[in-house]
Amino acid sequence: MGCGNSALNSKKSEKALKAALVIQNWYRGYRARLRARLQYALAIFESVEYADEQSQMQLSDFFSFMLENYTQIRKDDPDLSNQLLENTKDRQEYIGLIEVPDSYDGPRLQFPLSFTDIVLLVEAFKNQKILHAYYVLEVLFQTKKFLKQRPNFTHVKTSSSKGLTICGDLHGKLDDLFLIFYKNGLPSENNPYLFNGDFVDRGRNSMEVLMILFVSFLVYPKDIHLNRGNHEDFMMNMRYGFTKEILNKYKIYGKKILQTLEEVYPWIPIGAIIDNEILVIHGGISESTDLNLLHRIERSKMKSVLLPPMTGYSTEPEKKKTGAIIMSGIITSKDSSSEQLPKHEWEQIVDILWSDPRGTKGCFPNTGRGGGCYFGPDITTTMLNKYHLKKIIRSHECRPEGYEICHDGKVITVFSASNYYEEGSNRGAYIRLGFGMAPEFFQYQVTNSTCLQPLHQRVSVMESSAIRILKERIISRKTDLTHAFQVRDHVKSGKISVTQWAFSMESILGLNLPWRTLSLHLVNVDKDGYVDYMSSFQDMRIEKPVKEAESAIIETLYRYRTDLQMIFNIIDSDRSGLISMEEFRNMWKLFSSHYNVQIRDSQIDELASTMDLNKDGSIDFNEFLKAFYVVHKYEKSNKSNT
Amino acid sequence: MTIRQNILRTSKVKVAEFHKRIKEAFEVFDHESNNTVDVREIGTIVRSLGCCPSEGELHDLLAEVEEEEPTGYIRYEKFLPVMTKVLLEGRYRPIPDDVLLQAFETLDSAKRGFLTKEELIKYMTEEGEPFSQEEMEEMLSAAVDPESNLIHYKDYITTMVIDEN
Repeated sequence: MGCGNSALNSKKSEKALKAALVIQNWYRGYRARLRARLQYALAIFESVEYADEQSQMQLSDFFSFMLENYTQIRKDDPDLSNQLLENTKDRQEYIGLIEVPDSYDGPRLQFPLSFTDIVLLVEAFKNQKILHAYYVLEVLFQTKKFLKQRPNFTHVKTSSSKGLTICGDLHGKLDDLFLIFYKNGLPSENNPYLFNGDFVDRGRNSMEVLMILFVSFLVYPKDIHLNRGNHEDFMMNMRYGFTKEILNKYKIYGKKILQTLEEVYPWIPIGAIIDNEILVIHGGISESTDLNLLHRIERSKMKSVLLPPMTGYSTEPEKKKTGAIIMSGIITSKDSSSEQLPKHEWEQIVDILWSDPRGTKGCFPNTGRGGGCYFGPDITTTMLNKYHLKKIIRSHECRPEGYEICHDGKVITVFSASNYYEEGSNRGAYIRLGFGMAPEFFQYQVTNSTCLQPLHQRVSVMESSAIRILKERIISRKTDLTHAFQVRDHVKSGKISVTQWAFSMESILGLNLPWRTLSLHLVNVDKDGYVDYMSSFQDMRIEKPVKEAESAIIETLYRYRTDLQMIFNIIDSDRSGLISMEEFRNMWKLFSSHYNVQIRDSQIDELASTMDLNKDGSIDFNEFLKAFYVVHKYEKSNKSNT
Repeated sequence: MTIRQNILRTSKVKVAEFHKRIKEAFEVFDHESNNTVDVREIGTIVRSLGCCPSEGELHDLLAEVEEEEPTGYIRYEKFLPVMTKVLLEGRYRPIPDDVLLQAFETLDSAKRGFLTKEELIKYMTEEGEPFSQEEMEEMLSAAVDPESNLIHYKDYITTMVIDEN
């Protein structure tokens, strides 16, 4: 009996084993397909982000170009000449007259600052309070004063009793900073931190993040360290959100805050060296990175990656020089061109702030971002050996797990903004270093829900948001894409093969993406594998504020709307929000000729006059650009599903 | 055109098609853009191409594509021919829904129409090719009815199939 029973049991357990295998096998397949879709969504986010940066970097050429052509426009502007004469702003002039009203219920800082102020600030920001402009300006002035005394590279020592925590990009994501403090403790003399750049932009709370970091630095200048990132750049802020955040939060003093901030950024150290072994920088290195030179560079002259040093002074010196002064008058209102770094020094800093490591040997221009370079494992090894260092810790790139180790363990990436692209897109991480110990990694993810969301839900949220972004890119190139499709459609059937479609998408949009796989989400494909190419544009259209305008000009405006907005912000130095018709025409003409956009002058004139709604000769350009957006037909039903 | 030529031609088209699919699936995991992927991603890539190998079969497949001295990375040149062959031969077919349902029914020996959370955890982490903790947690997050703590597997399979399409 016992024998029969065990035979039965073993037969039964064999069946159970087989059943379990089937289920496990099926589930692993299901999970893998979802994970691949997640990866596709991430690829979209990443390539669109880098393409954006690239087009932004192209703007720097445009600025040089503007310098040569813009001179006559502003020459007789009396406001501007006044600005040029103005000397370095007196702190007193800035904040002496600001009063904090009794009704203000935000945090009140006490100078000199102490640990209590850090706690006060954190608590207040948790309750969505806004720090009064008076305190913001005071903190900025003091930070600048302290930073000025710092060398280009901070040298940090760890000991057995005192480690160091390194955080990567925060990008205005306050919840991530709070989570780090919750897990790792508030900054203090016994709990040192190094924040490795990109504190601001993109997130909603850049000001709050920046204030907590600066106040911590002011309280513990020996133990809290700051590195500059590529977003600690006032021109980048114009495009990636921080300028807007400041002007929204500080209606009266926003402009003053922006001007002060612009002077703080260049004083943030460009890197740190820990225990003479680890180099911590925001981006990376290039084959020409020279740490000795970088130690000596006058870093405060590096205002923005978008303002490269002027070249070609020898030809037409007079004109260029005037151009430079007027341009820098528009931009910084006081620095003259003589304050520029030599080009090779400027490039040294750009490489440090913008570069990314790659697996391929050698050093290549960073074609993805348009600035800095890609550096291979050999470049890392050579540089580390040359300066007797062991590792590079850098940030700058979003990583799914919050950190990543490459180049044979010699390069560590750490990124501290979780859910960077979309809810669930990535974890954040920070590193703890102890004296003579291997780096320890801590991961986290900010979430609103208490339990784990099923994978398919996370994937579909990410996927639909990625597809949405991609579709907006597609519609903004409708004219060019349609042309590319039609060229391949020899028999005018309205259909082309998936391969031809994928090729057209890649060549026009310049995004290296798995188009064949994505085609299922983007177009109608028939059973023979042919694409109904006009369905690439279904369910969306660009809302145009000017009904009469041609679609080509509308697409161009939509496509370059962030670039145009940024240029507009620069021209509109008094932040009135208005520019004259003449300025608009000139700006647009320059822009279109620089980008080789084929638009007739008459079209621009027409557009300009339609835009002047109340016919007073000035244009509210921000409002105008805001009026452009892509209408997604099924937006509402999609949203309620997810 | 002879029949033989015709077959040859069709298979050529097929191979070209497979190559494109494999390239795309490989490329999204090639984070350093140097035609390699982390060896741990190979399972996801193979499975995302519609194949359902068991862990054992995957292991054998890996042995074919790995370098003589494993580097932790798989090169595209090695992966492409092996994967093309797998797709051409139609190996590792996906598991049909009815087979999956039968498997759940086998584990539900009392024929109640559900498994308890504990039962599922036991089978999935102790039998067959056990799940990692991460895999288990992920499966449970979608499978378990939060009110009763039970897995009504028939409904579960249905929703899973719908979700994926």
